[in-house]
Amino acid sequence: MTALIEIKGVRHAYPTAAGPLPVLDGLELSVEEGGFCAVVGPSGCGKSTLTRLIAGLMRPDEGEVWLHGERVRGPRSTVGMAFQNPVLLEWRSILKNVMLPLEIVPNGLKGEAAKERARHLLSLVGLEGFEDKRPSELSGGMRQRASLCRALVHQPEVLILDEPFGALDAFTREDLWQTMHELKAKEPFTGVLITHDLRESIFLGDQVVVLSGRPARTQYVMNIDRSAPANLEELYTTEAAERLTILRHQIEIAQGRVPEEVAS
Amino acid sequence: MNGRLRNVIVPLFAMLVFLLLWEALVWVNDWPNYKMASPSDLWPAYVRYWELFLVMGWQTLWRTVVGLLLAVIVGIAIGMVMGFSRTMRDALYPLLVGFNAVPKATVVPIVALMFVGAHDFNTVLIAFMISFFPIAVSVSIGLSTLEPEYRDILRSLGASQTTIFWKIALPKTLPEFFGALKVSVTLAFIGTNLMEIVSPHGRGLGALFDSGKTNSDYPLMFAVLIALALLGIVLYYIVVGLEKIFAGWAERTPS
Repeated sequence: MTALIEIKGVRHAYPTAAGPLPVLDGLELSVEEGGFCAVVGPSGCGKSTLTRLIAGLMRPDEGEVWLHGERVRGPRSTVGMAFQNPVLLEWRSILKNVMLPLEIVPNGLKGEAAKERARHLLSLVGLEGFEDKRPSELSGGMRQRASLCRALVHQPEVLILDEPFGALDAFTREDLWQTMHELKAKEPFTGVLITHDLRESIFLGDQVVVLSGRPARTQYVMNIDRSAPANLEELYTTEAAERLTILRHQIEIAQGRVPEEVAS
Repeated sequence: MNGRLRNVIVPLFAMLVFLLLWEALVWVNDWPNYKMASPSDLWPAYVRYWELFLVMGWQTLWRTVVGLLLAVIVGIAIGMVMGFSRTMRDALYPLLVGFNAVPKATVVPIVALMFVGAHDFNTVLIAFMISFFPIAVSVSIGLSTLEPEYRDILRSLGASQTTIFWKIALPKTLPEFFGALKVSVTLAFIGTNLMEIVSPHGRGLGALFDSGKTNSDYPLMFAVLIALALLGIVLYYIVVGLEKIFAGWAERTPS
């Protein structure tokens, strides 16, 4: 397996009135093809900056971002994004919303084929029969499902998820975790998920990366075997509890509440 | 009751009540015509001058509409410039606010002198000047408050600024735009009439009002006011119709 996403020694700072504010410093990340990397870290540690770097929406001050053996120098149509805010276009039907990327990417499906593709994805996430509804007629969880379909409709190599389930209630969120696994089985992609939810990170990720507080660097990496089909029950096992304890502890270090020497 | 029928009957009924109250007010107080004409006095005025009302009404209407169209075009253009560029927003806002704060009644004689004799042009100009501000402001706010995620969704796919504008920024701004247009419609009427009333040998309903004043024909003056109100209502509902077509999605059906 080759690394599809490779981030090497990335540093980045935002200019502010009080001088440059470093957000990323020495960030390393490597996600294999078909892998799913969950990134956790304290608030404001630069996780969203990381997604924008991978998407090519901005370039780092220093360091390199590689996608599929090519250095990222700008936006590329092989990326799909979903955010905490589903940002569906209210004036379009759900189907037309999902089809949006196909209108933009070069060689995107057109006409009936595009509709067919969008319908197929919507049925995968359980939104069959809602194709002609407006986004405002759907619940928050359904909107987020539609937003996931839009992110996947052009078969991107990389799916970037920036806290997509953050604003949902706990049960809807767990539903969507299952949906993510089902989608991944049927629509293979390489994923990067930014999240605040440790349970989410160990349930979805095959790699959990803990970022340090700002400026963020890669502080800890946990690998999780994903060969068995995912099941919500596994979150209530001793193994899961141990993982959560480790991650919880790493977050505390990242927040600067525990000195690192004592921890290790 | 059928919903559509209800939509027509309720407002008509309200108007009828208003007219009756007006009539009653004048009767009870026994006001003479020069103090306040009653609706029943207006009818003879319409019967007598119906031809003038049609001709003048049309003049007022077309000049208002042309001024409003200009306001839409220029307002959207200014709004786009201010919505997309922070520098332009900072630069233009004080200018626009200052310009808008100047009472247009003071601009009318200046414009009338500047373009002597070009009555149509002057009237359209004032209608435009008084009505473009809300449109410019609403479009600029609509564009500048576009959530960055909307942009990112398209930008991450390599979409150009133009594509982002047509696919997202423009349609998303339409509800604000129509909100402003509803304000602008009535403002444009005020602009047109200012010019019509103030400039000598004017045309349009404003001039008719003025002639009512010179001839002490008070019912005529009130009749003009009502005619103006009717034209305003018609234009307003045309805008509402357009809004339903182009921005109907923004309306939430109560559930």
